[in-house]
Amino acid sequence: MIRTPLRPLARILDARARGQNPDTIEAANLAARHEEMKDRARLQAERRLRFLALGFIVAFSVIALRMGTLAATEPSELGTTSSGSEITAQRADILDRKGRILATNMMTHSLYVQTADLVDPARTASELARIFPDLDAETMLRRFTDGRSFLWVKKVLSPEQMQEVHEIGDPGLYFGPREMRLYPNGHLAAHILGGSAFGNEGVDSAEVIGTAGIEKALDTRLRDPAQSNTPLQLSIDLTLQANVEEVLGTAMKTLNAKGAAAILMDTHTGEILALASLPDFDPNDRPAPALTGDPSESPLFNRSVQGVYELGSTFKIFAVAQAMDLGLINENTEIDTKQPFVYDGFRINEFDNHNYGPTLPAWEVIAVSSNIGSAHLGLMIGGERQQAFLRTLGLLDPPKVELAEAPGARALVPKNWSGIVTVTASYGHGISTSLMNLAAAYATLGNGGLKITPTLIHSDTHTPGPRVVSEDTALAAVRMMRKVVTDGTATFADVPGYGVAGKTGTAEKPKKNGKGYDADKVINTFASVFPADNPKYVLIVTLDEPVETAGSKPRRTAGYTAVPVAGEIIRRIGPLVGLRPDGENPMGTLVAYKDPVAQE
Amino acid sequence: MTEMVYGAVPAQAREPVLPRWWRTIDKWSLSAILCLFGIGLLLGLAASVPLATRNGLPSFYYVQREAFFGTVALATMFAFSLLSPKAIRRMGVMGFAVTFLALVLLPLLGTDFGKGAVRWYSLGFVSFQPSEFLKPGFIIVAAWLMAAASELNGPPGRLFSFILLVVILLFLATQPDFGQSMLVLFGWGVVYFMSGARMAVIIAILGLVGLAGNFAYQNSEHLKRRIDGYLTAEVDPRSQIGYATNAIQEGGFFGVGVGNGQVKWTLPDAHTDFIIAVAAEEYGLIMVLLIICLYSTVVVRSLLRLMRERDPFVRLAGAGLACIFGVQAMINIGVAVRLLPAKGMTLPFVSYGGSSVIAAGITVGMLLALTRTRPQGEIADIFKRRR
Repeated sequence: MIRTPLRPLARILDARARGQNPDTIEAANLAARHEEMKDRARLQAERRLRFLALGFIVAFSVIALRMGTLAATEPSELGTTSSGSEITAQRADILDRKGRILATNMMTHSLYVQTADLVDPARTASELARIFPDLDAETMLRRFTDGRSFLWVKKVLSPEQMQEVHEIGDPGLYFGPREMRLYPNGHLAAHILGGSAFGNEGVDSAEVIGTAGIEKALDTRLRDPAQSNTPLQLSIDLTLQANVEEVLGTAMKTLNAKGAAAILMDTHTGEILALASLPDFDPNDRPAPALTGDPSESPLFNRSVQGVYELGSTFKIFAVAQAMDLGLINENTEIDTKQPFVYDGFRINEFDNHNYGPTLPAWEVIAVSSNIGSAHLGLMIGGERQQAFLRTLGLLDPPKVELAEAPGARALVPKNWSGIVTVTASYGHGISTSLMNLAAAYATLGNGGLKITPTLIHSDTHTPGPRVVSEDTALAAVRMMRKVVTDGTATFADVPGYGVAGKTGTAEKPKKNGKGYDADKVINTFASVFPADNPKYVLIVTLDEPVETAGSKPRRTAGYTAVPVAGEIIRRIGPLVGLRPDGENPMGTLVAYKDPVAQE
Repeated sequence: MTEMVYGAVPAQAREPVLPRWWRTIDKWSLSAILCLFGIGLLLGLAASVPLATRNGLPSFYYVQREAFFGTVALATMFAFSLLSPKAIRRMGVMGFAVTFLALVLLPLLGTDFGKGAVRWYSLGFVSFQPSEFLKPGFIIVAAWLMAAASELNGPPGRLFSFILLVVILLFLATQPDFGQSMLVLFGWGVVYFMSGARMAVIIAILGLVGLAGNFAYQNSEHLKRRIDGYLTAEVDPRSQIGYATNAIQEGGFFGVGVGNGQVKWTLPDAHTDFIIAVAAEEYGLIMVLLIICLYSTVVVRSLLRLMRERDPFVRLAGAGLACIFGVQAMINIGVAVRLLPAKGMTLPFVSYGGSSVIAAGITVGMLLALTRTRPQGEIADIFKRRR
């Protein structure tokens, strides 16, 4: 840039020569330069102002355009579309091990109202009240006219109801498609399936979420869009489940029991073939949890998984098995059963104050169910080893089965495993655990000593668990349990030809006030494996407060309640699982056994 | 003769104040402002009724209040628009000094009205937000400093104004009030841009603002939630934005009809931050376009009128005031249509608000004063044959 100097020498000299002040020249030049600078700045400012104005016009136009496109789109139903992620209505079906449907989805419709479109709110309200008797015409009318623009009337409609609503003919009534969860078998397997409910709801769809049971435990798997076409196959066999529930229901009635539960499990894989808990409910219409009363008496309560009970004498076999496994005794070792037996100030009694004499062989301790004999076995083993063994069998942890209720079923174990705990635990008192754990522990004894993790999911492959007891010990335990059925407390379960082996348990319930036990309120359990020569199945049957009144005085021992029920179940399901009664072999035989799935 | 006898000041042959005002004022902008105020009252009739009902007050309580404050604001605007640029500069600088002090004392004497940010002084019947009044004052001061800097041997005004800006931003950020911070920063940026800043410097500043914004996003939970809410693809229909969007869609082109709107009952800020949603629902796209046109009229006309201006201070201050006025409106509407993340900002003159409408009156009053037609020495250009 060429700049005129502020004091051009020629002009300065010239001015001086003429006697003028040369500073005026500088001032004039400075003023001119200033003017020039301001002009430049003004021109630049003009450009920039134009740029700003243009920017504002563009920005305002964009906003106006956006406003226009928004105004031109149809509004979604206010307050009904769900937030965030899109609703996935697809939920995988649940099948039993033979592919029969336990839970599926059905297309239906929901009913909602846009009050602005209602022609005759009063008539619509009264008509709706006629179609749905649970609705009240006045309440409906009030809701139609209190200024809200939108309201749900029904979450799901039957086709007949939908047709009737159609016939009202009011344009303010709208239907939204709904995929609802359907349990076609009603009450059957209610506690396994649990139930489901609508989660996020929109007009066009609603999310179905599991609220209990396997629907909740495997909710993510069932809702996973990638697997929505792959049904979830359970290990449950619907036929067996139906038989178990039927026998159990009848037994509950005739024995006046408050509740009943049963588990049928494969000893080798831990797959559960049937799991029942009574009273039950209909998962299609799952009742709301009762706010008052004992939750463990609610139909929603799963006694076979959620309930933790003192399981009584069924634990004795663990004491014997461990003692044998440790080499302390064999089947025929004489065990001290001398009365009276006082430990640490507590007197240990036999049931009904029997006296079995000074000693009994180990197998007979089991067969007659001697508390004192078991207590001595427990003391021989010692508390530490006993606790470790029960933990290895999985009895002291919540059951690891795929049900939402399972993790909550914590075993009740004394904090301090003192000597008296060792004594009582050896015959199943002082510690409470879930029936599912008991089934898994019996499966371990039944399958030759391998650890079992119960599962509800059917699988073709199975990896054997770690060894818990030696095969010899497991076989001996089964032989001893067989003796219980042939010569001991469980003779009613001796279904001819099936070689049932098992152990009874009668546990008095702790009194509500926490002081001691109530002799009239018992939990009867029969834990069995069959057939005895190579056990394939575990069956646990439990009755809550049963009483057998056929005789002259009421009987409350498992031998008269749970045992015959288990016998009836085995009698029925034996043929169904492919077992043929074998009269020749007192231990029962697995004749022509085939996997039920393979038979199809 | 009389004057000579009685020693009175000789009358000057000068045009009376009001006729001159009427002749030189930008009548388009003035009419646009009056229209906006009218629309504000009209919308207030609908939008503020639910609030009054909730607070157990007479239905049109807030409309009356708005009419009162609006009248005060219009009077203030008129008074300011009468002033000469020099008087504007003086008023602006003094006003800035006062409001800056108020801003500094805010942590000690202010109140947060339970909203988690100390931004207000409670004066009983009206609350007063210093940052609203600080903005026009700061623009004037910045313009003054930068105009002085453009003179030969002028003071380093850009540096001074920058230091002032940083101090103000620090105070606003501690409140925290990112919305007003952005406006102040933007206003200063416009003044700086108009004062002939180099493009490279402007780009560097934009980069720095981006970094600072990112820092604020990382460190402020409040801000992060708002931005994240904006960035998610789906609108939650139960959020303010969701309701606003729905209201705009319900309204369509011609609206659902006066008084038939629903959004005012669901949106807690229907009478302030989301008044545009009420307008869109009840009066339709037509009304929204009208409002946008009115704002752009004010901004664009003011900017174009300033192109003739030769006084650098007037140019800078005018551009700054016009731009913060326009941008505030733009952000408010942009939020409602989800072009911008949610930011609580009122729609000048249209939204309900005691002190904010008066602040808007001051801003626009100054703007109108600066955009008045003045002799610009064009004759000299003709003499010098520069054109």
